[in-house]
Amino acid sequence: MATETTTRSAAGASTGPGGPTSGPHEIARVRVPMRSVRSELRAIKVVWKRELIRFSRDRLRILTSLMQPFLFLFVLGTGLSRLASAGTHGVNLRTFVYPGVLCMAVMFTAMFSAASLVWDREFGFLREMMVAPVRRSSLVLGKCFGGATVAGFQGVIVLCLAGLVGVPYNAGLIIEVFALQLLLAFAITAFGVMVAARITQMQSFMALMQMAIMPMYFLSGALFPVAGLPQWLEILNRLDPLTYAVDPMRRAVFAHLKISAAARHALDPGVTWWSWHVPGLVEAAVVALLGLAMLTIAIVQFSRAE
Amino acid sequence: MNETATTAVSPAAETASASAVSVNGLVKRYDEVEAVRGIEFEVSAGEIFGFLGPNGAGKSTTINMLCTLVRPSGGSALVAGHDVVTERDDVRRNIGLVFQDTTLDGYLTAEQNLRLHAELYGVPRELVGERMRQVMEMVGLWERKDSWVNTFSGGMKRRLEIARGLLHSPRVLFLDEPTVGLDPQTRSSIWRYIRELKAREDITIFLTTHYMDEAEYCDRIAIMDQGRIIVLDTPEALKAKVGKDRVQIETDDDQAAITALRERFGIEATVAEGAVTFGVPEGGQFVPRLFDEWDPAPPIRSVSVSRPSLDDVFMSYTGTTIRDAESGQTDTRRNFARMMSR
Repeated sequence: MATETTTRSAAGASTGPGGPTSGPHEIARVRVPMRSVRSELRAIKVVWKRELIRFSRDRLRILTSLMQPFLFLFVLGTGLSRLASAGTHGVNLRTFVYPGVLCMAVMFTAMFSAASLVWDREFGFLREMMVAPVRRSSLVLGKCFGGATVAGFQGVIVLCLAGLVGVPYNAGLIIEVFALQLLLAFAITAFGVMVAARITQMQSFMALMQMAIMPMYFLSGALFPVAGLPQWLEILNRLDPLTYAVDPMRRAVFAHLKISAAARHALDPGVTWWSWHVPGLVEAAVVALLGLAMLTIAIVQFSRAE
Repeated sequence: MNETATTAVSPAAETASASAVSVNGLVKRYDEVEAVRGIEFEVSAGEIFGFLGPNGAGKSTTINMLCTLVRPSGGSALVAGHDVVTERDDVRRNIGLVFQDTTLDGYLTAEQNLRLHAELYGVPRELVGERMRQVMEMVGLWERKDSWVNTFSGGMKRRLEIARGLLHSPRVLFLDEPTVGLDPQTRSSIWRYIRELKAREDITIFLTTHYMDEAEYCDRIAIMDQGRIIVLDTPEALKAKVGKDRVQIETDDDQAAITALRERFGIEATVAEGAVTFGVPEGGQFVPRLFDEWDPAPPIRSVSVSRPSLDDVFMSYTGTTIRDAESGQTDTRRNFARMMSR
């Protein structure tokens, strides 16, 4: 909501409760109220709700969203751990990649949620929303909250799997990881919505998102520790926004593991800026700020669109 | 943020203007192309006003400007007493829209689609249920309210869109080609709803069509071609202006009949729809004369006289039929549309 101020309607003489219902042929006449904070909140809520209804209807999407983390955690994780056991100081590779897999699951779901905006445009529904007497920012916010909620649900599924890869079910840990993944879900949806404001074709959108998401994912350190990298990779890693979502999540997970100091040092070195250890809160703030910036751009673009 | 504050509307502002739509020198330019070239007209409250013209004439662009979806390049327009540029929200609160292409969410049920609309338009909660039932019953879809919209036929979708467009009791309902692509039966049922609507609700209906027969249902028609309004009047007056009735005769030898018409009556006739066809000012009075002076031309098997149709009207003002106008413009229009979607 950064760019807009909300106007309150002046309260004129009210027609009173039940007043607008009477008509010559007992037709319920509706008076559409002036725009107000309340009507904007209703709009945000209904756009959000629509995302949830649509997601709950899409059984295939739910199924794939369940399958993907399993594949990564158990197939890839188990397979690679046979190779990597020497370098992990006795820590299971599946445990190590767990935060990264969680981020990936959230990212892909958020991306697909944003993609629905492109469909909405193609199937015309976007128009129905665009002509409604509400701010475009409400529509964009509703969409982003919706995408974040659906992606958050995906994250919860992965959270449930924690015990299977040796991550303890600790209330503090769960809350921290949950909050972080919601933040990531929101930022990625905002990113997707920003892209969808410009890209009108599904193929182009998907291609562009893949092009952005895959390098982001591989550079982020979701699948490797971020210390002792070759310099070029270290630079790219520090520039990658996703790094700042994966790292605090890994710290949270590792804080609750009982492992040797050597293992902790090797696997969870933490992100550094010129040898300064970046605190988790700062990392989360980086993600939040980027998310807000993209949200703002998305709102501006949609407000300008005819 | 309380109940009374948000439902309050100033009644004076809502009823100040007698004209439902008032357009003044409206222009829309896209780069080099002028889609709408300065049009003016008034639509009074309670009217069914038709915009008639071939595809690409500028009808949809005009509707989009009136609906605040497209910003005019020049001129001004008031809808329900509000300026479409400076008072967009006020316009939007007072209009209902049914577009050419469906804007329903196929993955929601009919009822969910309507509920979503009610929420977006801030329809007071206590009215939503009742109003929803009314509009759905009107278009005969109440029984299907729990079905997914994806399972609906084209006609049902259009009916649902009309119901949705009415949900918030708009003062002006815009229908952009409401019957295009529908079978004749559905078309006529859509028109039944539109006329019922006018009788039941205090509403102005603004529609575009390129079907001549549908334009006849309108109280007044504006004929649009190449971005301009060529003529605006009631269907009857327009037809009267054409002045000629259409006479068709069937004979055994059409060529001989055409020659006879030319030599004896000075009338140029052509063969259309399998009969010798021509226009005369007073068809009914011409027929007796025709028979008196007809011999020895080939015997006439049947005669029909018809009042001029809007097809004839369009023809007399543009020198081309609406169908020909469309086939000639389709390519440029498509290219234009492609250009615009970039």
